[in-house]
Amino acid sequence: MTSRKLLSEAKLWLVAIPVLLWTLIPIYHIFLFSISTKDSAFSGRLWPKEPTLRNFGTVFRQEHFYLHHFWNQIWNSLWIAVAAGVITLAVATCAAFAISRLRVKGGRTVMNAALFTYFIPAAFLAVPMYKAMGTYGLLNSRWSLVLAMVTIASPYAIWVLKQASDKLPWELDEAARIDGATPLQLFRLVYLPLMLPSLVAIFTYALLLTWNEYLYAFLLLSHENTIPLAVGLGHFLSSDDSPWEILMATALIYGLPPAAIYYAFRRYMVGGLTAGAVKS
Amino acid sequence: MSAVVLPREGLPRKSFSTWQVWGLLLLAPYALVFLVFVLYPVTYGLWLARNPESYRTLFEDPIFFTSVVNTIFFLLIAVNLKFVLALYLSGFFVHERRWIRWLSVIFIIPWAVPAIPTIFSIRFMFNPEWGVVNTLIFRLTGLDGPNWLTNPQLAMAMAMGVHIWKALPFWTLILMAGRLAIPKELYEAASVDGATAWQKFKYVTWPSIRTLYLTSTLLSLIWTLGDFNSVYLLTGGQPADKTHVLATLGIRYIRLDQLDHAMATIVVALPFVLPLVYFMMKRLSIDDQKPS
Repeated sequence: MTSRKLLSEAKLWLVAIPVLLWTLIPIYHIFLFSISTKDSAFSGRLWPKEPTLRNFGTVFRQEHFYLHHFWNQIWNSLWIAVAAGVITLAVATCAAFAISRLRVKGGRTVMNAALFTYFIPAAFLAVPMYKAMGTYGLLNSRWSLVLAMVTIASPYAIWVLKQASDKLPWELDEAARIDGATPLQLFRLVYLPLMLPSLVAIFTYALLLTWNEYLYAFLLLSHENTIPLAVGLGHFLSSDDSPWEILMATALIYGLPPAAIYYAFRRYMVGGLTAGAVKS
Repeated sequence: MSAVVLPREGLPRKSFSTWQVWGLLLLAPYALVFLVFVLYPVTYGLWLARNPESYRTLFEDPIFFTSVVNTIFFLLIAVNLKFVLALYLSGFFVHERRWIRWLSVIFIIPWAVPAIPTIFSIRFMFNPEWGVVNTLIFRLTGLDGPNWLTNPQLAMAMAMGVHIWKALPFWTLILMAGRLAIPKELYEAASVDGATAWQKFKYVTWPSIRTLYLTSTLLSLIWTLGDFNSVYLLTGGQPADKTHVLATLGIRYIRLDQLDHAMATIVVALPFVLPLVYFMMKRLSIDDQKPS
């Protein structure tokens, strides 16, 4: 019996070890490069002979050609992500309230429009959106990326908030109406406080989506004063002899905050609409 | 639709239209976003793509043909491989062990982190000259490793690998949720009847999660079609523009200032995309009509 148990346990490890390596090697490779000097980075060692934090210093002091605007780019990333998060949250909360609680006429049509946007591949929407942003004169303004990300993030946000809102008891609305509450009072005093956890989750979702976005960022923004860090990282590829160890240090700085936020809000982040869309 | 200011009355029944007006006002911001950033751009884009001439020149572009072939292979191989792996791993992660739960937290990292750092990392690992993979191959065997990213077929395979690396955790979790919803009694009953692991999968697990599996695959097909990062950040379409897929080709035409070709590329894919989008919307609508 015990030997059979041992065998089944060994089988599990036989799956676990490849999974662990598969997942972690590219991550470890970033970390390894970022703490290596230029010479030892390419030696193929699993741990550098003299681990160093110098690469991070180079990044923070903007001492490399590709990094002259590092702090500006971080600021842009943050500014755009927060703006897109706030606007998405506001737009989606209002829409979800109108559709779910006020049962507004046309709510269903708007919901379908949102779902259509959600399912269209983002890389396909990028082409007409690029053209439209040009027509609006927004290209190279940070607002173009903010508004594009609001467009992409809102559908999922509305759906999730609508699902959460549908679960609130109707008696609350009725009681508020009988007491003579206006729709705004219902919204402010009943709806918003009850929805708070979902609102936090949606803000986080839009924030991360925007911070992580590359395609729209590099399409809509190209001026060095407006590009976010994601596009700045892409510039490293413009020459063959890029300083990989510095790129990897920058990439680590760029990737850590969203990963940390993701893990902090993990239980809100997976599933959602997709689970709703695919559940049998 | 005109936002007439209605007199505020004390009686709830009379103020019904006030509530409707407020509803429309609150719906307006998103409706505006949709009109300005989806409906108008898409309509205008389709209008730009009306010229048959742009399709003729598009079809004559050898890069377009290569990209279509690449896209088909990418969808068929990457999506199916991803889902077979996700199906298998979801069975692994449902084991109730503390260390497996920890492993699942690590396993989600590729999904949790932004695309650029990790894809660049993989790109450097597999750089034929300096990358750690070929360095190790050379050190162990004395031979030069393959040109991972400069051989078009191999580079496409690598892009599929990157795509799977990034998306696998998400779909594994979705299928895991499906597996966890299956009542344990079914497995216990099967065990009592002396069923093998394969029989349990065939007669208990698969019938329960088949619909989930197929719907997930369809959804993933649409999203994989729009996967720009896995290809662009890894190969940039190189060498010689032989590793493009439709998603990166459309963007390439934009960069070349050939907007009509960019739109035409997308229009060509629409007969494939729209039925899938319609199907997914239908599914969600059915879900939505369930009594609340």
